[in-house]
Amino acid sequence: MSTEARAQTFPAADWGGGVLPYRVGHRKLGMWLFIVSDSLTFSALLIGYAYLRASNVWPTPFPFYPSIVFSSVMTFCLLSSSLTMVFGVSASSRGDKARARKWILATIFFGLAFIVLHLIEWNHLIGEGLRPFFLPEHWVKTFTTTEGIPPSPLFGATFFTITGLHMFHVFSGTIYLGVVAGRVKKLKHEDVEISGLYWHFVDLVWMFVFPLIYILSVDVGGRLAR
Amino acid sequence: MSTHVEEHFAGSNKLFTSIWAWLVGLTLIEIFLAYRPMPIHYMLTILMGLSIIKAALIVAYFMHLKFERLSLILTIVPVLVICICLLLMFFPDSFRSSGLRYKFKEPEPIAPKSVE
Repeated sequence: MSTEARAQTFPAADWGGGVLPYRVGHRKLGMWLFIVSDSLTFSALLIGYAYLRASNVWPTPFPFYPSIVFSSVMTFCLLSSSLTMVFGVSASSRGDKARARKWILATIFFGLAFIVLHLIEWNHLIGEGLRPFFLPEHWVKTFTTTEGIPPSPLFGATFFTITGLHMFHVFSGTIYLGVVAGRVKKLKHEDVEISGLYWHFVDLVWMFVFPLIYILSVDVGGRLAR
Repeated sequence: MSTHVEEHFAGSNKLFTSIWAWLVGLTLIEIFLAYRPMPIHYMLTILMGLSIIKAALIVAYFMHLKFERLSLILTIVPVLVICICLLLMFFPDSFRSSGLRYKFKEPEPIAPKSVE
């Protein structure tokens, strides 16, 4: 057997060019690489937040209503939007483009519901007096330690940056899905699947933002209300 | 040339619905835990554990990575895990800066001088 002939049967021929070694198209691979880099962006932000939190007195101001109720319903919306998206991709793989479009439109609906609820929730906090570099007066009074150390004013900065960047991802996702839903009959199945990858990633990021930002900042004893 | 890409999308709607139910259930556990008083490092560990399980479910089933080729999984996942662990390298420094804090004390109020 000649060397060339042996190279043909060698499994590494996958990497010799002219084939798709990962069995995915280059656009899908591109989306995966984007997701990897974007995960690092969010990890860096969340680790920065954890750093600030561990090195400062940190306020825990979120009441059950509105903050936790709103953020839980938002989580439910985002999880459900992922389910409708996966139904859409599944329909598209069977060639049922009309049904795929309906499911993608349902996904956009849940995404927009998430944004609206989140903006209402932001509005509550801004109304209370929270700003990127200032805490409301009564928060400072409540969360100052017995040693007289005031809570860090960076609470607002981390909160608005992380949830804002996430909301921006959801917003761009709804536009992206809108374009996909409009052109679904012209697009290949894999392109629909790629838009699904992006949408599930947005959902995945929220699975870390929700516990770290909301659950860990619950005002357990109702200290603010007192 | 085999540039044909598989159009088959593995997984039934029933499977995806059960994954969704798991995700909702784990979220409810997280919300329940929020009102259990416990030291913050236990809380953080449990919450991050649950979040990693949820993330794995989303990536494996919804993002379909479980059904992709092993070479793609090995290209994407380990690099991400290693990079995030490397980012965490700075975290212990937060304990140092926490210890450096100036312990602010209200100055003793000056006693009013008695008028003689």
